[in-house]
Amino acid sequence: MSIFVNEKTRVVVQGITGDFGGRHAKLSLDYGTQVVAGVTPGKGGQVFEHGGKKVPIFNTVADAKRETGATVSAIFVPPPFAADAILECVDADLDLAVAITEGIPVKDMIRAKRAMEGRRTRLIGPNCPGIVTPGTGDKSHGGCRIGIAPGYIHKRGSVGVVSRSGTLTYEAVWQLTSKGHGQSTCVGIGGDPVNGTSHLDVIKLFNEDPETEAIILIGEIGGSAEVEAARWIKANCKKPVAGFIAGATAPAGRRMGHAGAVIGGADDTADAKIRIFRECGIEVAQTPSDMADALLRVWKKR
Amino acid sequence: MNIHEYQAKALFEQFGVAVPKGATAQNASEFEAALAKLNGADGYMVKSQIHAGGRGKGTFTNGFKGGVKFSANKEKALENAKAMLGNTLVTAQTGAEGRKVQTIYFTEAANLGKRADGRDDEYYLAILLDRATSRPVIVASTEGGMEIEHVAHATPERIFKVHVDPAVGLQAFQARQIAFALGFSGDLFKQCVTLVTKLYHFYWEKDCAMVEVNPLLVTKEGKLLALDAKVSFDDNATYRHPDVVALRDLNEEDSKEIEASKFGLSYIALDGSIACLVNGAGLAMSTMDIIQHFGGKPANFLDVGGGASKDQVTAAFKIILGDPNVKGILVNIFGGIMDCDVIAQGIVAAARETGLTLPLVVRLEGNNVAAGKATLAASGLKLVSGDSMADAAQKIVALVAKQ
Repeated sequence: MSIFVNEKTRVVVQGITGDFGGRHAKLSLDYGTQVVAGVTPGKGGQVFEHGGKKVPIFNTVADAKRETGATVSAIFVPPPFAADAILECVDADLDLAVAITEGIPVKDMIRAKRAMEGRRTRLIGPNCPGIVTPGTGDKSHGGCRIGIAPGYIHKRGSVGVVSRSGTLTYEAVWQLTSKGHGQSTCVGIGGDPVNGTSHLDVIKLFNEDPETEAIILIGEIGGSAEVEAARWIKANCKKPVAGFIAGATAPAGRRMGHAGAVIGGADDTADAKIRIFRECGIEVAQTPSDMADALLRVWKKR
Repeated sequence: MNIHEYQAKALFEQFGVAVPKGATAQNASEFEAALAKLNGADGYMVKSQIHAGGRGKGTFTNGFKGGVKFSANKEKALENAKAMLGNTLVTAQTGAEGRKVQTIYFTEAANLGKRADGRDDEYYLAILLDRATSRPVIVASTEGGMEIEHVAHATPERIFKVHVDPAVGLQAFQARQIAFALGFSGDLFKQCVTLVTKLYHFYWEKDCAMVEVNPLLVTKEGKLLALDAKVSFDDNATYRHPDVVALRDLNEEDSKEIEASKFGLSYIALDGSIACLVNGAGLAMSTMDIIQHFGGKPANFLDVGGGASKDQVTAAFKIILGDPNVKGILVNIFGGIMDCDVIAQGIVAAARETGLTLPLVVRLEGNNVAAGKATLAASGLKLVSGDSMADAAQKIVALVAKQ
């Protein structure tokens, strides 16, 4: 098992004819992911070819779903059109929309999130590295890679990883893999202030997933999502959790790269979040180099 | 993106939000003309325009106290304006270096109404994103003129919040809820409903990140006015508001941060001695953290994005070297998709082009890392390779300490 996606998941790529979307569609195909369709309005009927594979392109997400059975979309559409692309997935009743796009206006996301209430489609992101369920082949080949993460750093196993940041996720995954510990699923929920799936949503799914035995929770300054997840973990989580919060040295009031990474008050500093992690029984990594070791300290105890 | 108070007030007026009448001057020869536009019967306010709060309690580096001054008459207003313009104002939010005042904003002083207990009749009103609900929230309080964080801590029952459903926008009953919560009745109630409605319209239409009016006040004549205005915009949405972009004041931004943005680099200057150059925002933040963890002080946040090309690294080195406090550089790249050898060649070329002599520690990880490390080693440059983030951070801290 895994969460959200597995090796059989059929993926459509919105923006497959763009540089960014095309490059990562190829990498996903190389990884063995079932990329079965592309969507670019006006280019329906064309074919995206890579490594001997032919991926049909459709004008709409609904067409792609009907013709190929795709259930999950990877969105690489430029910011002004990205909220529209997300809502097209909702209209087509996909299971999951993974929005990689960085720089979507907050107002667009406020509206899109409201329009998704009560609908079946789940959103991951935006401004996220995506999601990887590693495969069982060499260098985790054969898995489901949706987004921009490097596939080969993964290894199939039993640690769930959830993070707002891309490269910090890779750092944690690489530490785990280097120490011989694989991952069930790695989820980048994105660095924007309005996103579709929270740390808590992912933690709940990891808690229920039989393959996931332990969890790494990576957060940063800004907002209260990590605190909400930590409180839930204390009350409900059956599995060992290690955590890291980036931004201990960030000055208040400045956006640190991510639109959502800004200290707004006394409660969303790194120190405040780390304190609550400790109160909730989460093993805190001292430095970003210590993420895998922090998990092993609590995982071994059990 | 932030704007000045006088710019925010002009936008308020455009959207029908009542503000005191005002006029600006960029040099002393314009003072008289600006004041001539105003009615000074109740005196004037002379307000330094900088992008930082705490102006009223600030001090100029020349010793003059107060970046916002009441002036009973025109002569006093001229005197205060002369003391402020062109001088550097230090407030709780500017840092020790302060900000140079390049614009003076004169307004007609309002005749403050009083409450039964003798206090000024001041309120607080703000509109921003509530991250927990992903909806806009209007925050109102009867306690104006002080820091809202302080009110939230001391008297949370005096803060009133209304969440707006983005599907339908602000409803009339919600504006009424705010006016009732602030205790208004009669004509002031109507004025409050109108002001809240128009302010929300402005917030939504212009893609604001935050609109704050503190204080919102009632004059002796029974008029509700936005006495101060703090507005910031969502950077992701400025592409659809050229009128807002035109309000950007580059004098208020760090020149190194402006230069960085031209190369797609996200850079924020800090006051430490160890510069860092990292790919990815989360990794960049935690690189700063790990420098501090091992006893150093980060000089900056710098995210080169996913690529880290030679041109970007060269531009980044130049920006870093423009900071005289920098005594050493830590490069931390997780080359997930990109070939580490290509990144290494970029680092070597950039170091050569910039004539780098400061201690440089490079930590590379990821795709084709062995070749990347070999390229660094063969470069002949005086750089040190780090195996992990911890190892690299400890090495640069030690090298800088030795100097």
